[in-house]
Amino acid sequence: MRPRLFPILLWVALTVALAFLALPVVAIFVHTGPGALASSLGDSAARDALRLSLETSALALAAILLVGTPAAYLLATREFRGRALLTTLVELPLVLPPAVAGIGLLAALGPHGLLGGVLHDAGIRLVLQTAGVVVALAFVASPFYVRQAQAAFGAIDPALAEASRTLGAGEARTFVRVAIPVARSGLVAGAALAWGRALGEFGATLMFAGSFRGITQTAPLAIYERFGTDFTSALALSAVLVAASLALLLTVKLGLRRDALPRS
Amino acid sequence: MRSRAVAAALALVLGAGGCGAGSQLKVSAASSLKQAFTSYGRAFHARFSFAGSDQLAAQIRAGAGPDVYAAANTKLPAALFAAGLVEQPVVFASNRLVIAVPAQGAKVRTLADLARPGVTIAAGAAAVPVGAYTREVLARLPAAEARAIQSNFRSEEPDVAGVVGKISQGAVDAGFVYETDVLASGGRLRAIDLPTRVKPVVDYAAAVVRASGHRARAERFVRGLLGRAGRGALQAAGFTPPPRR
Repeated sequence: MRPRLFPILLWVALTVALAFLALPVVAIFVHTGPGALASSLGDSAARDALRLSLETSALALAAILLVGTPAAYLLATREFRGRALLTTLVELPLVLPPAVAGIGLLAALGPHGLLGGVLHDAGIRLVLQTAGVVVALAFVASPFYVRQAQAAFGAIDPALAEASRTLGAGEARTFVRVAIPVARSGLVAGAALAWGRALGEFGATLMFAGSFRGITQTAPLAIYERFGTDFTSALALSAVLVAASLALLLTVKLGLRRDALPRS
Repeated sequence: MRSRAVAAALALVLGAGGCGAGSQLKVSAASSLKQAFTSYGRAFHARFSFAGSDQLAAQIRAGAGPDVYAAANTKLPAALFAAGLVEQPVVFASNRLVIAVPAQGAKVRTLADLARPGVTIAAGAAAVPVGAYTREVLARLPAAEARAIQSNFRSEEPDVAGVVGKISQGAVDAGFVYETDVLASGGRLRAIDLPTRVKPVVDYAAAVVRASGHRARAERFVRGLLGRAGRGALQAAGFTPPPRR
């Protein structure tokens, strides 16, 4: 009897976790009829918000990939003093409340912020601008990518990189032709997580970029605005966001599986 | 040793949780009431949730149960009363809508300045009372001026605290807030009065929530707003007594 108990406990735990995590998502769809869904997509303010969310999160992701990939490679492949500290600093936004992120961004890049004067002189406007939304999203979402990328690069067999170098490839070539392809699935998974986080960002965006239709009001902000007046359309817009996030996650998972098949 | 510490921590958390959920009076109030209610609520051991009045009303409609609801207008409590969710609301204070600008180096000095190109403005979203009052002002202005002002809006915030934050951070040149918010800013903001002909009536109403588990105390809290302690706290924060209408 004894040895059977533990697997049962595991299944019970999984069932509880699943029920807890899936229930709110299911409830959104139970409450949202196809009619409400269609009419919410017919609402031009909701479409503006969804379009803005897709654009800003895609831009933020591009910036994260461009800077985050080499930064993660460095953290994963070099031993140096203070590396653990740097890694922790990079991961810090993961545990920061979004409101703190918003205040921090204002204190750093706002008109009265540390770099406010420099940005102003350079003619760069971020606060209450679409560019500010991208900055807020990149700030909160980048650790999700960098962390995963660092782990993926760190898991590469050092012999591979060595072989590449013995064959005459420089370090840059090894990074592009060997490290990135080998670490690909980890990088893609990290990018998907970061994108999902950016799509859902609320607090830092509201504090740093404000909320204005078509300029800074992303889908989560539009949902919050509707919550007070029109719960049905808030639900419908939430359903669209859930569907988009789910599609994103599934695409990545299926893509990675197909990727992995020929090799295994 | 360690397990004892864990047990103690657990007891503390459970105790606090039990006490918090069980015996404290929960008050959902408009963001603009923060200062006045924080000082008034001490005697009641009240716990507050400050947000846009519309968001709080939506929470009550969704079944979240505070004991008291206090809004920055009379419309939202009246609608909840009509829906049978709260008792008869009591009008307990009045406020004034003003234009707020930074105390130093303000680009905006008059209402007319708001219509100038290049001026940036933060306002409440249409659903939150402060945003609805702002739109009442615009509706009373000549259409061209109202359009020019509205085209300078750069953010529509979910509550008045957001508007205050955007002005005091220098993100915008001006915003529509309540006079009490300017007082609470401790000198960082300055108020520009609106002309009487466009000034909206800003009355605050509170009500006991029907589903409250602390009816007697909630009633005392709401009635007390009209008594000495309530008046004192409200006036210290810059509110005026409710009108006799």
